[in-house]
Amino acid sequence: MNIVVCVKFVPDSTADQAFESDNTVDRVGVPGLLSELDEYAVEQALQLKEKNADPESVTVTALTVGPEGAADAIRKALQMGADAGVHVVDDAVAGSDALATSKVLSAAITKIGGVDVIVCGMASTDGGMSVVPAMLAERLDLPQITFASVIESQGDQFRIKRDGDTATEVIGATAPLVLSVTDQTGEARYPSFKGIMAAKKKPLDTWSLADLGVEASQVGLSAAWTAVESTEARPPRTAGTIVTDEDGSGAKALTEFLASKKFI
Amino acid sequence: MSEILVLVDHLDGAVRKPTYELLTIAKRLGEPAAVFIGSAASAAGAVESVKKYGAEKVYVVDDSEIKGYLVAPKAEALQQIAAQASPGAILITSSAEGKEIAGRLAVKLDSGLITDAVDVQAGPVTTQSVFAGNFTVQAKVTQGTPIITVKPNAAAPEESAGAGAVENVAVTVSDSAKKAQIVASQPRESTGRPELTEAAIVVSGGRGTGGNFEPIENFADALGAAVGASRAAVDSGWKPHAFQIGQTGKTVSPQLYVAAGISGAIQHRAGMQTSKTIVAINKDEEAPLFELVDFGVVGDLHTVLPAATAEIIQRKG
Ligand SMILES: Cc1cc2nc3c(=O)[nH]c(=O)nc-3n(C[C@H](O)[C@H](O)[C@H](O)COP(=O)(O)OP(=O)(O)OC[C@H]3O[C@@H](n4cnc5c(N)ncnc54)[C@H](O)[C@@H]3O)c2cc1C
Ligand SMILES: Nc1ncnc2c1ncn2[C@@H]1O[C@H](COP(=O)(O)O)[C@@H](O)[C@H]1O
Repeated sequence: MNIVVCVKFVPDSTADQAFESDNTVDRVGVPGLLSELDEYAVEQALQLKEKNADPESVTVTALTVGPEGAADAIRKALQMGADAGVHVVDDAVAGSDALATSKVLSAAITKIGGVDVIVCGMASTDGGMSVVPAMLAERLDLPQITFASVIESQGDQFRIKRDGDTATEVIGATAPLVLSVTDQTGEARYPSFKGIMAAKKKPLDTWSLADLGVEASQVGLSAAWTAVESTEARPPRTAGTIVTDEDGSGAKALTEFLASKKFI
Repeated sequence: MSEILVLVDHLDGAVRKPTYELLTIAKRLGEPAAVFIGSAASAAGAVESVKKYGAEKVYVVDDSEIKGYLVAPKAEALQQIAAQASPGAILITSSAEGKEIAGRLAVKLDSGLITDAVDVQAGPVTTQSVFAGNFTVQAKVTQGTPIITVKPNAAAPEESAGAGAVENVAVTVSDSAKKAQIVASQPRESTGRPELTEAAIVVSGGRGTGGNFEPIENFADALGAAVGASRAAVDSGWKPHAFQIGQTGKTVSPQLYVAAGISGAIQHRAGMQTSKTIVAINKDEEAPLFELVDFGVVGDLHTVLPAATAEIIQRKG
């Protein structure tokens, strides 16, 4: 079985995020890391391998599309236990939107070849559109079993639990397929010392758009299907009133505040 | 004037409020045309509902052959209707499913996609709130048919009578769209309270409740509010995941958000930071959520909330 896990290198959400002058996300000035939500995807990919009757026959390849630094996201996945990494990096990719990113990812998955399961996170912690997995399924003509909180599999048969808006559903499909996982699937492992050492010897391929047969003009900022016209920092909130509750004064003050704002 | 397609979000024909918001937005952009995908039996009621909010046309797709499959068939249905109607834009609710339908449709139509708009004006120009609500972004689709998913509460629904001309559409769904099967479905139990993402007031509890949500619920009911929870409360099994607010839960943007026993981690803020008025009750005056509030009470939620609830009930008489 061949598993590809798609991981994104994102600006650290605890740092101050910013935009470049061309309205693209600043991916250089802000420290980056493997998207926290994609750690859950790596974890589930590794568990699929470990639960397989013959784990040695399963390869987990971590795939990222992103700038130079994005190799760090792959390295983290390798340290956690992935077997190989693929990093698609090309100046022309900068500023790509979800449509272009999914195009490049699907070309890379096709080049990797013979892939049975593509595991994604539920959303990028930066852009956070939650659409790339569905787009991959569309482009590769595969079934999508997305937003999984519980995953069961037997051979090529998969079943997931999905918390929909109006119902909790069980979705079934046969591999090859695209799977996306939520943070409900369970904590991701930390790289062990052994894992960190082993990662240094694992293969990490770097591919350009030319390697994938994707035209530079089809992706990137100039080809984007959408354009950001302006960005504006939210004005800082004006400091609020804070009271300390003494002898029930807190409840009174709270009720008065709510009444003054016409909520009561 | 070109048609603006609005995918109707409904439960067995009962149209949900965000659809009326989309129809209201559609009127700013062109001629509202609703797309109803559901059972033949429930179509008539839904048509009446969307007519009241300005739908000039209603495309009705009988879902008897496709309802057991996830997302893909709906994208195919919309693709076929778009091919026939050449719409000026396609509007879909920003739910997990809505965004996935939109994503697949964008690939099919080779069209630009904007998700999670909090406002849409003529153009169409969208407004989004990004980076945990720290920035607002104005954007436009530059290729193909603009496909836009819109968050609940992006517009106040305005009633306006539309012609509501029904056009039954027979869509052909490919076998490959039927590869992800809905094996079982457990409808969510109704709480009897407003829908979390649509509510004007949301009251949330966190780890500080210690698992006792009674003070939260009573306070919420006194205000007619929806109830939410932090991930810590969900992870502890105190509330189902459907109540979770934040990065990996729901995003809410109510008129009033009250957080009790919630510290205000960045992942929680991501789901509530755009609320108009924010109130927190927390024992710890250093809790980061106090940085965001319009009004805060440093105190024990187990005494402050019941007392405030009694006070509100008394004031209301
Ligand atoms: C990938 C990822 C995704 C996440 N997604 C989400 C998400 O979607 N939503 C979310 O909420 N979190 C999310 N989190 C978790 C988040 O980081 C925090 O751990 C969580 O929000 C903490 O919940 P809490 O505020 O209820 O608990 P705590 O941080 O433990 O805070 C409890 C607060 O209650 C106060 N308190 C205690 N007793 C009382 C009392 N009697 N009266 C008043 N106050 C009291 C304490 O002073 C404290 O401030 C995510 C984390 C990760 C890593
Ligand atoms: N540039 C990228 N490289 C690799 N995987 C990605 C990339 N962008 C998105 N993904 C995958 O798609 C998921 C959803 O992303 P998004 O649609 O951007 O919210 C992520 O959790 C990743 O698994």
